[in-house]
Amino acid sequence: MSAAPTNPVLGAEGGGTTTLVVRVENKAGVLARVAGLFARRGFNIESLAVAPTDDERFSRLTIVVGVDAAPMEQVVKQLDKLVNVVDIQELNSAASVERELMMVTVRADPAIRGQILDLVRVFQATVLNVGYDEIMVSLTGSPSRVDDFEDLLRPYGIVEVQRTGKVALPKLVKSAPDPLAP
Amino acid sequence: MKMNGGQALMKALESEGVDIMFGLPGGAILPVYDPLLDSSIRHVLVRHEQGAGHMAEGYAHATGRPGVAMVTSGPAATNIVTPLCDAYMDSIPMVVVTGQVPYAAIGTDAFQECDTTGITMSVTKHNYLVTEAADIPQVIHDAFHIATTGRPGPVLVDIPKDIVDPNNPRSAMEWYTPKDHDLPGYRPNRTGDAELIRQAAKLICEAERPVIYSGGGILKSRGAEALLELAELTGIHVVTTLMNRGGFPDDHPLCLGMPGMHGNFTAVTAMQEADLLIALGARFDDRVTGKVAGFAPHAKIIHVDIDSAELGKVRRPDVAIQGDCRLVIEDLVKALGEMGGSDAQPDRNPWRSRISGWQERFPLTYEQSKDDELLKPQFVLEQLRDSTPDDTIVASGVGQHQMWASQYWKFNHPYTWVNSGGLGTMGFAIPAAIGAKAGRPDRMVWAVDGDGCFQMTAQELVTAATEGFPIKVALINNAYLGMVRQWQEMFYEERYSEVYLTRDVPDYKMWAEALGCVGLRVESPEEVGPAIAQANEVDDRPVVVEFRCEAEENVYPMVPAGMSNSDVVVDPSQQDRPR
Repeated sequence: MSAAPTNPVLGAEGGGTTTLVVRVENKAGVLARVAGLFARRGFNIESLAVAPTDDERFSRLTIVVGVDAAPMEQVVKQLDKLVNVVDIQELNSAASVERELMMVTVRADPAIRGQILDLVRVFQATVLNVGYDEIMVSLTGSPSRVDDFEDLLRPYGIVEVQRTGKVALPKLVKSAPDPLAP
Repeated sequence: MKMNGGQALMKALESEGVDIMFGLPGGAILPVYDPLLDSSIRHVLVRHEQGAGHMAEGYAHATGRPGVAMVTSGPAATNIVTPLCDAYMDSIPMVVVTGQVPYAAIGTDAFQECDTTGITMSVTKHNYLVTEAADIPQVIHDAFHIATTGRPGPVLVDIPKDIVDPNNPRSAMEWYTPKDHDLPGYRPNRTGDAELIRQAAKLICEAERPVIYSGGGILKSRGAEALLELAELTGIHVVTTLMNRGGFPDDHPLCLGMPGMHGNFTAVTAMQEADLLIALGARFDDRVTGKVAGFAPHAKIIHVDIDSAELGKVRRPDVAIQGDCRLVIEDLVKALGEMGGSDAQPDRNPWRSRISGWQERFPLTYEQSKDDELLKPQFVLEQLRDSTPDDTIVASGVGQHQMWASQYWKFNHPYTWVNSGGLGTMGFAIPAAIGAKAGRPDRMVWAVDGDGCFQMTAQELVTAATEGFPIKVALINNAYLGMVRQWQEMFYEERYSEVYLTRDVPDYKMWAEALGCVGLRVESPEEVGPAIAQANEVDDRPVVVEFRCEAEENVYPMVPAGMSNSDVVVDPSQQDRPR
């Protein structure tokens, strides 16, 4: 057995994921530039969400990056070199509020539908559509809560599942400014 | 002023100060070649689009101004991908304009359509697909700004035919002077942080065995004079990487020459033994560092680069300064002056005597050919060096001849060495030499080429002959893909696989003459000098001098790939000497 090869540029330490919130110019091909950069430099994207911002000139990409493969510093610096990338925020889970949407269709014979509806109530999920022996529900929440919900539904038989990948914003400052400060 | 997109493109290029461009017309770019007739810009008609790209690079290397190439869509665009990648790796400012099928036809697999911006995304600093004629002035203005500022690089502008075709209403536009750059994601910073510069100066004043590791960023930032000042103020020796040959004079007593895989022993070993490396515009390329874990193991690192992504990419610096090399060096010189200037430098005599000891024991060396042998390439390059003006521009291909040229030439002026470093593009020499000659017609320009390289781009000698660029080519014919042969000899147990090119086919003398050049052939040492003198006299057409060289000559020193620089293999005649 041999150790995994270590890329001298990218290193091999670390673990888990980091979230990058990347503001980009709203121009054709920008997503391809970002995706291409990740592929070319050997960085791994765990999930990616793209959405317009309040300013129509810009879009926001929320990218979850596997840090096993890449020191975040190189990822951020290489991303920042893209002319269309305006700014980058690195968010760790503790300092940000994260949300993800899941839509899922589960097997639900009339006899056990009640059990699934119990879970829907507990998680404050939403029933979107009901069929004879299937039910479609959605849940918005932190990625770990969405994970839990999905795990609990799995024994019933998941027919189809769609997750958006997470989006995130930094947590807000809690303490009021010092009234004596200049 | 009303005009069409094609006219606007030419006007925009003129406004950027373009005086010459290299290109070849075709279907999609045709409408732009019409207003070219009325333009002040000289166009050089190449024989292959790759040539246009390398000529633009050679022009940029020699002048510091952005090189410009213009070609059509599809196969022309793919042919220029290699020069784009070459320019990207070596940070060469270049703007390439490509034709594209009409906007409405994009995505339909139209004739000569390819996804040019998609293909070139990863080999350009930035690229554009222009969709409206009205965008042309602004895009061209931004393209030159991006190509020439920050870390320079190639920018491609892809232009659909309909927006430049006067017969198409989509080409109608009103000329305007471009606005200031609206590039919210591109704000290159040039000034180094003052506190970090003070920290760097402090490290320098403490170092007993410092070495300046100077790279291509010196030339890109026009920083050769500043580097000289820094070296002389501190008395610190300078290694000049392949991309910075000429950025510090080889004849200067503090110059150690080229480091790296085929660097000279002293440059390699001084870096290995240093306690401080001052990396200026260098990127710790694998050809310089050898095995990274074994590179300069005792050295603290000061790393200055315009591109912050280079800081810490390969080796974690102790002081990392993002900024323009020239400006940072100037500030560093000031900071050192405030700390006492040369008086504040410690006694480095023991280090200097170690360096001079290495220089005495391990000079570059080769064995002169015996009577029945063909020429030694090193001998040819020494003769060429000694028989040409001091400010001759040398363009090189890639391989053994490139390493010998870099080793044996004495570069005493910046912008006299034009080569493909990062990408290692065989065939670079001839078109790059043409571009250099176009930029510096006052200079003698020699291309040093190998026989393998020559066969890749020789057709551009037709361009040189017909467009009036009397370059000279020293063709080192050793009948092999020499560097590959050397690797097969050293690392594949002399199992030679597909490296023999033949000695007599093609007949290079006749080929040169057919291409419109003077062709000369040299086989013995006494013919070398006269042939060079004869070539130097020719000024009305290009000259190719074929030097028939020994096939089995190897480039030494050599750090085998993946080995530490401490394991540098010296010339067989020096292998018993104490290190």
